[in-house]
Amino acid sequence: MTIDSIKDGVVIDHIKSGKAMDIYKFLNLEHTDCQVAIIKNASSKKLGKKDIIKIASDVQIDLDVLGYIDPDITVNIIRDGILAEKKHLELPKKITDVIMCKNPRCITTTEQGISHVFKLTDADSRVYRCMYCEAKAE
Amino acid sequence: MQNLIDIMDLSIGEIDELIAKAKDIIAHPDVYRDKCRYKKLATLFFEPSTRTRLSFEAAMMELGGNVLGFSDAGSSSATKGESVSDTVAVVSGYADIIAMRHPKEGAPVVAAMKSDIPIINAGDGGHNHPTQTLTDLLTIKMEKGRLDNLTVGLCGDLKFGRTVHSLVAALSRYTGIKFVLISPQELKLPSYVKESYIKKNGIEYEQTTSLEDVIDQLDIVYMTRVQRERFFNEEDYLRLKDSYILDAGKMSKAKDDMIVMHPLPRVNEIAVEVDSDPRACYFKQAKYGKYIRMALILKLLEVE
Repeated sequence: MTIDSIKDGVVIDHIKSGKAMDIYKFLNLEHTDCQVAIIKNASSKKLGKKDIIKIASDVQIDLDVLGYIDPDITVNIIRDGILAEKKHLELPKKITDVIMCKNPRCITTTEQGISHVFKLTDADSRVYRCMYCEAKAE
Repeated sequence: MQNLIDIMDLSIGEIDELIAKAKDIIAHPDVYRDKCRYKKLATLFFEPSTRTRLSFEAAMMELGGNVLGFSDAGSSSATKGESVSDTVAVVSGYADIIAMRHPKEGAPVVAAMKSDIPIINAGDGGHNHPTQTLTDLLTIKMEKGRLDNLTVGLCGDLKFGRTVHSLVAALSRYTGIKFVLISPQELKLPSYVKESYIKKNGIEYEQTTSLEDVIDQLDIVYMTRVQRERFFNEEDYLRLKDSYILDAGKMSKAKDDMIVMHPLPRVNEIAVEVDSDPRACYFKQAKYGKYIRMALILKLLEVE
């Protein structure tokens, strides 16, 4: 299968197989006007199978969101058809308004106008906890 | 400006300072009688509480300050749908410091984000209750003379008891602590509390279902209530309920200098006959709560 290479844009690579649509949604890519290609189950030396997202525009990617979903993803910035920058992700220390607290007793369930903030409390186990009630992110 | 939302917001040094201040207040109450003159404490109690609210109010009054506020959400604008943020934004224009209890977990964090004056968390749902923990630490210091090298028995509902979780967190920072966790299987200390504080700090601990078997090794027994509604079936509750009642028989097996603590209210988990035992400290503990809150108010208002 051939997909045109992009001249200027972003390639999100090394996505765990089957996760591309989740990332598409988290990054709100359905609201972009540019061409977006989602490649599922591409062969990968490292992962066996992987997903790739190619975006034919120099859009701003929220690296914290991507890092939260999977810090092993790589983000390649393409300019004039060549790889200009390769970004390796890290688990973000804090994520804001990416996920919502599921604890029914949390203040975020009733208080209007406050952000849903989660903090990384255990990097080894990738545990995030709500900034308000400390419930574990699900 | 400083707030107190979680006991872990305070360093060991700050806790030592608060305890030292509380001890000084106990020894020299006259010195502190006017320290907060013209200052106002707002007690915003979105859910009812007797001891905690009265303790805060008594603390502020003994410092010469005044108190305003409400004692349940029904008498506040929360029933009209006002947010915590708005309530606090308004009240911070009327008072110098706020003590707040709210049924929602994390509500004091929201309050602290919006307030121009210090916020004290007086309990947020089943989450945190840091001034109870300060009370417990002052009680231990006053009655045992130290916060380290203690064998601490925590007995009853260790799963849902927020006072137990906070006390475990606070004591885990001291050396030579051993925890004896005494509870039915259904009400064991949650694994995240064990992992985050006990195991992480390499603290010795023992888990058991029998208070009677271990009471002789304890320096402190911290009792909590085993509630019927926490059990999946009535049979288990009936089988276990009496084993977590502290009575004169069990006290006879305890050390002569062991102390009995309880955050109160007590229902039947400590037999009334134990009240006259000199090792029973729970009413003194409630009184110490006032003094440590006085020390905390002085610290947060930056009054020397």
